[in-house]
Amino acid sequence: MSEHIVKSYEQELAGLDDKISQMGGLAEQLVGEAFDSLASHNPARARATVASDATIDLLHRELEEQVILMIARRQPLANDLRQVISVLKVAGELERVGDLAKNVAKRAQAISGETHPKGLLTGLQHMTDLASRQLKDVLDAYAARNPERAMQVWRQDENLDAVYNSVFRELLTYMMEDPRNIGLCTHLLFVAKNLERIGDHTTNIAETVTYMTRGSLPEGERPKGDLTSSTLMSGPIR
Amino acid sequence: MDMRPDPLIMMTTQAQAPTTTPTKVAAKNVNVYYGAKHALKDVSVDIPEKSVTAFIGPSGCGKSTFLRCINRMNDTVASCRVEGLIQIDGKDIYDPALDPVQLRARVGMVFQKPNPFPKSIYDNVAYGPRIHGLSKSKVELDQIVESSLRKASLWEEVKDRLNDSGTGLSGGQQQRLCIARTIAINPEIILMDEPCSALDPIATARIEELMEELRHNFTMIIVTHSMQQAARVSQRTAFFHLGILVETGSTSDIFTNPTDKRTQDYITGRFG
Repeated sequence: MSEHIVKSYEQELAGLDDKISQMGGLAEQLVGEAFDSLASHNPARARATVASDATIDLLHRELEEQVILMIARRQPLANDLRQVISVLKVAGELERVGDLAKNVAKRAQAISGETHPKGLLTGLQHMTDLASRQLKDVLDAYAARNPERAMQVWRQDENLDAVYNSVFRELLTYMMEDPRNIGLCTHLLFVAKNLERIGDHTTNIAETVTYMTRGSLPEGERPKGDLTSSTLMSGPIR
Repeated sequence: MDMRPDPLIMMTTQAQAPTTTPTKVAAKNVNVYYGAKHALKDVSVDIPEKSVTAFIGPSGCGKSTFLRCINRMNDTVASCRVEGLIQIDGKDIYDPALDPVQLRARVGMVFQKPNPFPKSIYDNVAYGPRIHGLSKSKVELDQIVESSLRKASLWEEVKDRLNDSGTGLSGGQQQRLCIARTIAINPEIILMDEPCSALDPIATARIEELMEELRHNFTMIIVTHSMQQAARVSQRTAFFHLGILVETGSTSDIFTNPTDKRTQDYITGRFG
């Protein structure tokens, strides 16, 4: 790509990408730490995680301001316009990812005194790994302007959905087995749902990367595997 | 009523349905030479009627040359030679049997610098209808002058001083007077060669508002150096570079997702 005649414009566009990668890195870190604080029953770490979401929010606001200013001052067109609009959208998605991770950390604080049934965390750990991986891959696709890689992320979200389905069923089983599990399991259910939502945000980012690079959104329906909204488990009433 | 979404907020840029409006001006393999200089190379384009088409491109790219072919203004340049076919409503405008004066009555033109005649405001507008014999009486001529000035959104500002000189108006008013003069003879096509480059933003906005109204009745072609103006006023955009018509498309596509790298580099300010 040849450079702009106006150098400061070139620098401003590069500055937007730098901030997105900074936000993305923080969001990735937050997702990992939120789960670790939950798994390690560490409320102090969970509190620190909650607090660091503020940095993501701040970056989001800064990016919004910069984009508005650039639209006013530069009137970007064509690929520049698509980049500037994409930055605004991706920043919004990352801000939501930060919020969801923060929510996981809050729940980690709430249930830090409870003993988790061991098998349950395996599923959540797996979800965290998948979501983080998806997030990292889509941010790499953004930085490399690689729509193929973004589309891979878009299609792979199904895997995260599949794990979510099994975690959902597992949690329901625990709750049916012993009502004393309900408090803990409800928190864990929300944790799982948050991780599943983080996956959805990565697919939104993937779509934006496709728009930014190709000028069009992906064709067709995204493969979706979250069946929980129609799942009902009716066990024997004891 | 144009129901297309605003091009600047449109996210999907899939190819739009082909324009169903009939073609007003059709150019096929047009080549223009100024002496030995090959100024326009093999330009073929269809311009739809009753819409605004913008020609953009760096200085010297041939856009004004092409614009001037459409009313045969280039005939007046001795060294200029035009080859190829240009049709209006399917009729060859370079047909030797065709009278260029009649052609220019159908194809009006507005220039970069407002150029009113050193006559009264009234006479500026009445000039064309008089020489073309478009009115039978003074009353009829008065009507043409008033309606042309109204269409050019100038009537309210000048109705009490129609006998004042046209050159005494502000730049923006002069340009609207030139537009009134152009539409007074009821042309089918209006060519505009950078009509706003000498105007302030308010006067520019008035001309753009006027173009928006006029395009329902006229086929308009505008040459502009302002990308934002092309994006604002036109429905279709053609990008010229080094005498070649690089890309033509709906304005929303050209400014959000152009096909050719040269178009993209030019409109984003990357041209060396």
